[in-house]
Amino acid sequence: MKTFEKSNGFYQVFERKSGPAKEATHYCPGCGHGNVHKMIAESMEELGLTKRTVFVSPVGCSVFGYYYFDCGNFQAAHGRAAAVATAVKRTNPDAIVISYQGDGDLAAIGTAETIHAANRGENITVFFVNNAIYGMTGGQMAPTTMIGQRSATTPLGRKADIHGNPIRMCEMLATLPAPTYIERVAIGHSKHIMKARKAIKKALRIQAEGKGYSFVEIVSACPTGWKMDPVASRDWLVNDMLKVFPLGVFKDEGDNLDDDSWKRHFEPFDKDKVDVYLDRMKSAVGEVEPTVLPKDLNCKFAGFGGQGILTLGLFLSQIGMRGGHHVSWFPAYGPEMRGGTANCSVNLSTNRIGTPLVDHPNVLVVMNQPSLDLFEKDVVDGGTIIIDSTVVEGTADTKRLNVVTIPASDIADEVGTPKVANVVILGALVAATDAFTPEFCESTLRAIIKKKSLIDMNMEAFRRGYDFVKNS
Amino acid sequence: MAKQFMKGNDAIIVGALAAGCRAYYGYPITPASEVAHAAALHFPALGGVFIQAESEVSAINMVYGTAGMGIRTMTASSSPGFSLKQEGLSYCAGAELPCVVVNIVRGGPGLGNIAPEQADYFQITKGGGHGNYRLIALAPNGAQEMCDLTMKAFELADKYRNPACIMADGITGQMMEVVDIPKGVTDLPDHSEWSVTGEPETSGNLVSSIVLDPHDLEDHNLKLDAKYKEIMANEVIFEEYKTEDADLIVVAYGVVSRIVYSTVDMARKQGLKVGLLRPITLWPFPTEVIARLAGTASQFLAVELSTGQMVEDVQLAVNGKVPVHFYGRCGGVVPGSKELLDEFTKIMEGVTQS
Ligand SMILES: Cc1ncc(C[n+]2csc(CCOP(=O)(O)OP(=O)(O)O)c2C)c(N)n1
Ligand code: SF4
Ligand SMILES: [Mg+2]
Repeated sequence: MKTFEKSNGFYQVFERKSGPAKEATHYCPGCGHGNVHKMIAESMEELGLTKRTVFVSPVGCSVFGYYYFDCGNFQAAHGRAAAVATAVKRTNPDAIVISYQGDGDLAAIGTAETIHAANRGENITVFFVNNAIYGMTGGQMAPTTMIGQRSATTPLGRKADIHGNPIRMCEMLATLPAPTYIERVAIGHSKHIMKARKAIKKALRIQAEGKGYSFVEIVSACPTGWKMDPVASRDWLVNDMLKVFPLGVFKDEGDNLDDDSWKRHFEPFDKDKVDVYLDRMKSAVGEVEPTVLPKDLNCKFAGFGGQGILTLGLFLSQIGMRGGHHVSWFPAYGPEMRGGTANCSVNLSTNRIGTPLVDHPNVLVVMNQPSLDLFEKDVVDGGTIIIDSTVVEGTADTKRLNVVTIPASDIADEVGTPKVANVVILGALVAATDAFTPEFCESTLRAIIKKKSLIDMNMEAFRRGYDFVKNS
Repeated sequence: MAKQFMKGNDAIIVGALAAGCRAYYGYPITPASEVAHAAALHFPALGGVFIQAESEVSAINMVYGTAGMGIRTMTASSSPGFSLKQEGLSYCAGAELPCVVVNIVRGGPGLGNIAPEQADYFQITKGGGHGNYRLIALAPNGAQEMCDLTMKAFELADKYRNPACIMADGITGQMMEVVDIPKGVTDLPDHSEWSVTGEPETSGNLVSSIVLDPHDLEDHNLKLDAKYKEIMANEVIFEEYKTEDADLIVVAYGVVSRIVYSTVDMARKQGLKVGLLRPITLWPFPTEVIARLAGTASQFLAVELSTGQMVEDVQLAVNGKVPVHFYGRCGGVVPGSKELLDEFTKIMEGVTQS
């Protein structure tokens, strides 16, 4: 049990710690975590950051980081500290956010979070304690375990061809464009320790200056997991580990960056701003102008993709909305869409709408042959079926149904573009059902058609469809 | 009131913005991606955060981060992605962090398909991740409710410091309906007592779900349990349709309740006394009202897009008083109202026979 010379970055008494020894840490003698903690606490204090700091503890031996650091503390799920730190920083860019992680946490279960936080250039600091072992769970192999190193899960030593090679995180992360500062240091001899202290402080300063992502890997000892005494541990670390994990700076862009160049923007909730923004989302059709719907419409519109079937449904829906009716629109989605056919269900009702799926329409529009073959039988007795006779050759059962055949695509061509065939159909539908006056539909379409240059053509298309039915 | 014709998936984001949600973290998956698309457009435009995370695991842990700051935050996904969020949700519940998670449920198990199902009911209402916890679960059945219940979810999440879930499906998400666009909430709760914000006032706080001592952890669990009992007592929301004189009570939620609503009308035209009981909160479940209806109706039918999940809660509520039947379709097959009418008829004829 080691007692800190307490920096003000630490609590003076570790109240959150269970048991009687409230002034000592829970780390084993010779453990690297204690040293690293001390350097972080001192750096936070020296830079005047402590009270603005949020320290994210991982799962691992340092899970209890919050026993010690006299700042805001989070405890994160195993491997997810970088994701938690990302969010904290994004929703308070003025906070100083530390993600403190072991090798299992950072380089095994949390590899994805680690790489992507680095790749986004999160303006956080990651302290990575590489002790080549899973300390907390009893000395299993870590991603950084050395070749030949024995652990609880490599009882005969790590073998490259079975377990893979130790991962070098600094080297990997340094291939990414975003990170600002990446260095590997060690808790070895005193010269190593001095460099480690400098690196830790530098990493925090880079964050405080808004200069982006900083990452310091600290090679440290786990005498317990390594089954060595502290002195032998230090020697093995210096003599063996540092051959695989060479110390040095892998990236250092701090001096080339302006302050706050990686600082993100965040605004807290502002009701006025939100209200203005949401109000702008309102429909272009404007206020409801109640109309009388002679009867509920349960429509199915079907055809090829690209014929504007879904838009036809949307146009009718918005006319219905402006008329103050209950409206639902539902597109066939998923694999059905892939075959090149499209269909949607539209309900307009004076009452609340039950199922949005129209299985038995009283209005069916078909703009291709397969849709006629597929859906005609579903139309309720006395229902209306509108057929684009330019595209569809057959006709429907005129005894059972009110059949409207209209060369919609030809009419659309005459108007100027095949794209308005759906609006010709809309005109025909309104004429055949008397659901709305043509003027009401036209003024609604004027409001909702976004490309103003297309309005005249749509108006003509609607009128031609409407008149075709009324005059026939 | 400002209105717009919009998709349920978009309405979720409108509700979230109005509720003061400031950060959205998500990972694409059909049929929930549109929620992310809307968030990507609107959150940054309002000075908020949108991050496309590297996975759903990461997304829910980002939610943990922002929620731990006492800021309203959310994520949305569909079934496979929702499964990945379970560990994170357990942490959020353990650390008592308010947040909202949307599940636009699709067909399972495994990769399944992208069609509507309700087979995540167990996962959503019984905890889902490890440990003793519950999600507050709301099941909208139309675009307006996608908006309104999202706002409600944020309110309940804050009130009880617990994650709340919106359970919907591809139909409710894809369907467009008229939505009254809400105004922003007037005030947000002050969480500075427990949150960790990076400001000096909260530097003494800790966001954590670890409780080492067994007695302390038992106390923590009991505290959570007491909170859950309070939610069960106070926050049940349901809707009844023609239940007063019904012989057969159909219990259905989400898109299925819409179909049943139509079918009830069809059945009534044929003289069949059928009513609909629609849970709007799936957890807490409307147990009491079902128990009450079990005193007046002669039988129940649970209709679900699953092989039978909510029906277990109906059975528990009915408690053996009257028969509880089940009708389910799954894999993305959605029953039509005629199909359901046949089922109602069969069940009710069974009664007259016996
Ligand atoms: C999801 C999950 N899987 C596994 C564990 C068990 N676990 C706790 S700590 C740990 C490894 C920690 O090793 P490392 O990150 O190297 O930290 P150290 O203890 O060595 O500092 C594991 C596997 C867990 N808590 N959560
Ligand atoms: S097990 Fe290893 S890492 Fe954990 S406290 Fe002991 S020495 Fe440190
Ligand atoms: Mg380790």
